[in-house]
Amino acid sequence: MSVTATPLDRRPGATAAVRASAPRRRRRAGLVPTAVLLLGAAYCLLPVAWVLVASTKSSRELFSTFTFLPGTGLADNLSALSAYRDGVYWRWMLNSLFYAGFGALLSTAVSAISGYALAKYRFRGREAIFNVLLTGVLMPPVILAIPQYLLMAKAGLADSYLSVLLPSVLAPYGIYLARIYAAAAVPDEVVEAARVDGAREWRIFRTVALPVMLPGLVTVFLFQFVAIWNNFLLPFIMLGDDEKFPVTLGLFTLLQQGASAPALYTLVITGAMLAIMPLIALFLVIQRFWSLDLLSGAVKS
Amino acid sequence: MNKRLVAAFAAAALSTTLLAGCGSSDDGGDGDKAESGPVSLTYWAWAPGLDKVAAIWNAGPGKEAGITVTVKKQASGDDLVTKIITASKAHKAPDLVQAEFQALPTLVSNDVLADISGQAGDTKKDFAEGVWQQVTLGSDAVYAIPQDTGPLMFYYRQDLFTKYGLSVPTTWDEFAATARALKKKDPKKALTTFSATDPGLFAGLSQQAGAKWWTTGGDKWNVAIDDAASTKVADFWGGLVEEGAIDNQPMYTPAWNKALNTGTQIAWVSAVWAPGVLTTAAPDTKGKWAMAPLPQWTAGDQVTGSWGGSTTGVSNDSTHKDAAVEFATWLNTDPEAVAALVKNGGIYPAATAAQTGDALAQAPEFFANQPDFYTKAAEIAKTTAPGAWGPNVNVAYSAFKDAFGKAAQDKAGFGPALGTVQSTTVADMKKQGFPVAE
Repeated sequence: MSVTATPLDRRPGATAAVRASAPRRRRRAGLVPTAVLLLGAAYCLLPVAWVLVASTKSSRELFSTFTFLPGTGLADNLSALSAYRDGVYWRWMLNSLFYAGFGALLSTAVSAISGYALAKYRFRGREAIFNVLLTGVLMPPVILAIPQYLLMAKAGLADSYLSVLLPSVLAPYGIYLARIYAAAAVPDEVVEAARVDGAREWRIFRTVALPVMLPGLVTVFLFQFVAIWNNFLLPFIMLGDDEKFPVTLGLFTLLQQGASAPALYTLVITGAMLAIMPLIALFLVIQRFWSLDLLSGAVKS
Repeated sequence: MNKRLVAAFAAAALSTTLLAGCGSSDDGGDGDKAESGPVSLTYWAWAPGLDKVAAIWNAGPGKEAGITVTVKKQASGDDLVTKIITASKAHKAPDLVQAEFQALPTLVSNDVLADISGQAGDTKKDFAEGVWQQVTLGSDAVYAIPQDTGPLMFYYRQDLFTKYGLSVPTTWDEFAATARALKKKDPKKALTTFSATDPGLFAGLSQQAGAKWWTTGGDKWNVAIDDAASTKVADFWGGLVEEGAIDNQPMYTPAWNKALNTGTQIAWVSAVWAPGVLTTAAPDTKGKWAMAPLPQWTAGDQVTGSWGGSTTGVSNDSTHKDAAVEFATWLNTDPEAVAALVKNGGIYPAATAAQTGDALAQAPEFFANQPDFYTKAAEIAKTTAPGAWGPNVNVAYSAFKDAFGKAAQDKAGFGPALGTVQSTTVADMKKQGFPVAE
């Protein structure tokens, strides 16, 4: 935002004027960023608003009435979605919850332990391991999906719940975040003090480091949850059984029914609307942990 | 294409595919073990309601034969082809797969589909020659049983044609004249659109004009996507787009649905399955459409192309190929099965007997104003020119979307775009190790 403010100051003779009207300038400089942010918010929220409005429209209204005019078909859409192939949609939702919830939990645990170890222990090859992980951050998961599938197939795990769960457990980005966070938030002195008091390493991690790292771990959990919830290619390659599909894949089968069968737009839109609800709920609940973040920063110095 | 050639291509494709190194071949299914006891088969398919048809099998003929089929519903299209090829590399492909006609060479060259000529040779009599030819790839082998076809037809809004005093075009020249006449009477309307996102339709239109995109001669492939016939089709549609006589927006979008529903577009070149699409795309226009044969390049001709259509294939990984073929044959030729396919899946059956059978005795509900819909459709279906597909149709199709999409937006001619599709396709085949004649 400073970029937008700088040209103002560089105007010839601006300094005097600025000094005279300092409070006003601050307000004006605040207006531009606010406007930009509002625009950004509108840009991000408009599609969501579209999904919300469109999910209330019947298929007849969907493409014929004004875009943001709510329709009358929400109840019908919901019951049609629930009735589609004996409620397979809700099964997909449960699958997604399982993959994302369980996967994010496991991956947060792994990230916490590895991040803490990488930040607080000095051992040979530490930087090498960390660099490999950093490379993992740069590697798009998309290109790993097929090799992962071939490995899973070798292990006899293809087309199983584990095949989607296991690859999501190790999240390089999560470990990276956890390391950075542990390095900054867990003071070496406290760890040393605990050691002097005779605490075992596991206990130090559990009772000293973990509580301080919690806000960072919440972030890791959220990132992973959203990433797994939205993941498409991995389950697409891994799973053949539509009973094990997550909701992303399930909705895709409703869209791609072959040229001769039209896409079930109203069902897909209603399904997408319902599928973002858990994410919104999760963010609202977890927001409370984020404010902790500020507190812990204050305590530290 | 002879059998040895197919095998040679398969070998070439495999050796150049990096992934082949990862999959071991020691556990490859050698096919039919002695079949005793109950057999359970998995079937990857996308057609709606196939699970209901499989249920009929499981309760009746399947129960007697001890064969249970489970349908795992998938998303259609090229993505499924990729998925099946990947699964097959790991020897985990399902027993049965639904595959579009144009995907068959790709699946065969990747060694996914089994040759079922031993079990299904007799089924030939149930299908039109042009249809059957596409599942044999011109060889002695049989790689799939045809399920549905999509002969191209011309759909138009009967009421609006009367209102604007238009007559149904029987040649493409008349089609162009109709488009111009409509523009003159109401500049806001368009006869139809050229959709750069639907290569399947363009392929069908080229087929009608006599194009054969992939053929084999000697031990080489000939790729002729930019041959005279296809160029004629591309120039025809490109010209109409350029002069603004028709729209240039893609099909199957919300905007397109709206254009059909409100009568901004008053005709559609589509396949026999169009009524199902119109039912949801343009619900307000029920009973206002009519179907006619596709316009011809030469007056008096009777040729059409096809758009869509699929088959049931048996995979090399299946350990119960005999049982799988038994089910595939029943599914696509048994009157009860085909009737259920028509009712639940909305497909147009490939089996010739079914096209005039009881299942299609009544016109689709959306076309209740045209009671002889399916009688007419069966006549048109007989005139379908066979498709000529190659091992990388997916590459050609995505090149088409890129090149034609750009040309359509810019309202530039389609000739150069067609050349791009040709060169991209040939380059990809060479990269994959297929011998290509220039």
